[in-house]
This record gives sequence, structure tokens and C-alpha cells, in this order.
Amino acid sequence: MYEGVVQDLIDELGRLPGVGPKSAQRIAFHLLQADRADVQRLSEVLAVVKDKVRFCDLCFNVSEDTLCRICGDSRRSVSLICVVEEPKDIMAMERTREFRGRYHVLGGAISPIDGIGPDDLRITELMRRLGAEPIEEVIIATNPNLNGEATATYLSRLLSPLGMPVSRLASGLPVGGDLEYADEVTLGRAFEGRRLIGG
Amino acid sequence: MPTYKDVAIVVRTHKLGETDRIVTMLTRGRGKVRAVAKGVRRTKSRFGARLEPGMVVELQCYEGRSLDTVTQAEMIAPYGDHISRDYPAFTAATAMLETADRLSEEHEPVVQQFNLLAGGLAALAGRTHPIDLVLDSYLLRAVSIAGWAPTFVNCAGCGAAGPHRAFNLAAGGAVCYSCRTPGSSAPDPRTFELLAALLSGDWEQAERSDERARREADGLVAAYLQWHLERGVRSLRLVDHPVYVASPVPPAVGVALP
Ligand SMILES: [Zn+2]
Ligand SMILES: [Zn+2]
Repeated sequence: MYEGVVQDLIDELGRLPGVGPKSAQRIAFHLLQADRADVQRLSEVLAVVKDKVRFCDLCFNVSEDTLCRICGDSRRSVSLICVVEEPKDIMAMERTREFRGRYHVLGGAISPIDGIGPDDLRITELMRRLGAEPIEEVIIATNPNLNGEATATYLSRLLSPLGMPVSRLASGLPVGGDLEYADEVTLGRAFEGRRLIGG
Repeated sequence: MPTYKDVAIVVRTHKLGETDRIVTMLTRGRGKVRAVAKGVRRTKSRFGARLEPGMVVELQCYEGRSLDTVTQAEMIAPYGDHISRDYPAFTAATAMLETADRLSEEHEPVVQQFNLLAGGLAALAGRTHPIDLVLDSYLLRAVSIAGWAPTFVNCAGCGAAGPHRAFNLAAGGAVCYSCRTPGSSAPDPRTFELLAALLSGDWEQAERSDERARREADGLVAAYLQWHLERGVRSLRLVDHPVYVASPVPPAVGVALP
């Protein structure tokens, strides 16, 4: 245990996701040794971010306005909606520059063992959007793990009876990897998601 | 550093740092194991897909002071993958995995508990029996192996031969007229029959049950489990109950629970 305020700092840092006690201690001592100006800037950004940043009214992406940059962009297609777990997934999708539609952030995935069911995600909001916007296809881009797949299964069960086309982002082989190292689940999914390239 | 090999069922995972996971597993030879799987959240991970809940793997680890580290995982049965495409099966599997986690201890192997879970997941993945029956049968047998076997025929209090009309959670199941205490309920006789069939793994009898008996049995099993497990089983609340349909023709071939 350190004295007073240093320990408080370590405790606060240790509450951040992915930061264990050792990392918290390392970051705390880094901050103690850093330039006053650098630390000042960090503390200002922290204060501003809580005041200014909110969630987009439509898609629940992080935003500085009622609508995020993507929902406010009139050049983006309103007929495609891509469902993701977290705002950080939007960043990953945007880096591909492949997708020109809009998003919907669920706020996680169904995880009964953590007490998270469908009602704890923004699924009602998604359904409301489907009624209000001219959406022609829902693309589900939840994580390719058990909870992400189960969430996709749940959504497709919910949306298919409405006649809404639902697609799931293909799982497949990592570009740049060797086929022989692929695990059987990924390889099996890659077979399922194969596409015609000739004939 | 000492290494070991074992067969393991992945029970749950927790994120660790940027790209790692802590994987909780039920192994055949060493009970519950918690091990770090490095880099499995990267999309290029070699065995990330094999260390998802519901997967059965041949595991290789080296022992650490508090947590072991996974060095290899070969797939034996990808039940988790099948289950994730069937929402009711997924929710039932999650309740089974959480119960297995709660009922097992590190370094205390219970082979029957391992076999029961593997059989239950296989039944869900292969859709060999109705999902709600698989779940309730698993739960009853898992608590029995843990030492809290209920009785649904003879009296749980004095052993008097049944069938009896009353049911008491604290006593451990069916109770006779003189053992029944206030707070006992009186389930339908067909519910008792179903519960006994689920406990003994008599699928033919269990699948002949009607909707009412299944619903009542389901509630009693959940109550029995919550009675014995402090804090209860969280995922039980989120089990997606199917529309109850009696299946008149039981499947001819099936992987039975061991
Ligand atoms: Zn938006
Ligand atoms: Zn008695």
C-alpha cells in the first residue's frame, strides 16, 4: 500500500477494464514522472469527454451531437443497417471502407451467465428503427464467439418472420495465414460462407 | 515448469488484458481448471475458436502458481458451435455450464460430473431429445452427483414406499402424509412420474409427458437447484423455454446421456 493520494490513483486506475493491480501501479508511476503539461492535458480531456460525448439518438454510437457523424451523413445508404456489439466495432468496420450503410450498436451480446439477456440490449430500439426507416437488409456483425453467434441467432429468429432479409458477416480464414493452421470451426465456417468465383 | 494433458469442456471465459482470456474448464482428470489462453481474442489465433464455451478439447497446459497456461488445444467435439445456432439450446447449455462451474472445485475431479455435462451438451447439439427435458434431466443428475439426490417416488423423510402426493424442497422431494410439513406442495402425479424419469434418464417415459407436467417439473427442478446452490444459477432465468409440444414418436436412435 502506498500513501494517500498515490494509492487512490492506483485504485482508480485499477478499476478500468483490462487494468490489473500491477498495470495500475505502472501507469500511476508513469503519470507521477510525466511532464505536468502532459498530465494536465489528460485530465482536461477526461473532464471534457464526460461533458460533451453522448450516444447517437439513432444508432447509439458515441457522438458529440444528437446524431453521430455516420447517421448525419446524407451520402450513406439508409437501406442497409449493420448491427454491432460496441461502438469500437464501428471503428473497425469503418477502417475497411467497404460498408456504406448505417449502424446499430446493441451495447453488448447476450450472455446469460453474466445475467445479460435480450432485454438488456438495444433490441427494442432496433425493432423501432426497422419500422421507421426504409431498411432493406440487416447485416449482423456481432463477434464470432459463442455469445456473439447466439445473439445473431436470436436476432435472425426475431427478424426473419417479418420478411426482413438478415445476413451474417462471414467467418473465414485470416488473410495472410496458412490454411494448415486454421482451426476446424473457422475452416467449417469458411466452407459455409464460400462464394462462386467462376463457371 | 510442469505440464499436463487432459480432456476438458470449456465452461466459461473472461477477458484478460488486450487479447487474452481466462478460460474456466471442467476436466476429466483434475476437476475445474482455470487457465490463461494467450492471444485468443486476435482473429488470427490458432486455437481461439476451440476455447469457446461448450467446446470439448484435448488440452495441454503448464501449471502456474495461481493460473495455468494453455499451450495446446485440439478439438474433440465442437458442441458449442452447433449450440450457438439454436437459441433455446444455447440458453439451456449456458445454464448447464454455469451449474457445472458452481458444482465443481479445482483439483477435485468428479468423472461422473464431467461425463454428465459432455452427454448433456451432446444431446443439445445433436437434438436427440427435447431441450427442456435435457436441461432438467442434467440439473437433477448434476445435483445428485454433488450429493443432494432428490427422491420422487419414496418418501424423502422416512423412506416409505411411494408414490406420494406431497413435495417438499427442504426434505428433498416426495414426502409421505406423516412427513409432510407446512410449505409442501402437491404436484400432479404425472409431474412426479416425469421427474423420476428425468432423474433416472428414462427418455421414453419422459418424452411421453404432456405440456402441463413439463412446465410444473421445470419449475420444481429450478426451485430445487436454487434451494441447494446459494446465490442460485443466474442463467436459469434466461432459459428460452420452447413452446411445449409432446413428441408422440420418440427418436429411434439417439446419443443417450451417460
Ligand atoms: Zn448514429
Ligand atoms: Zn415419510
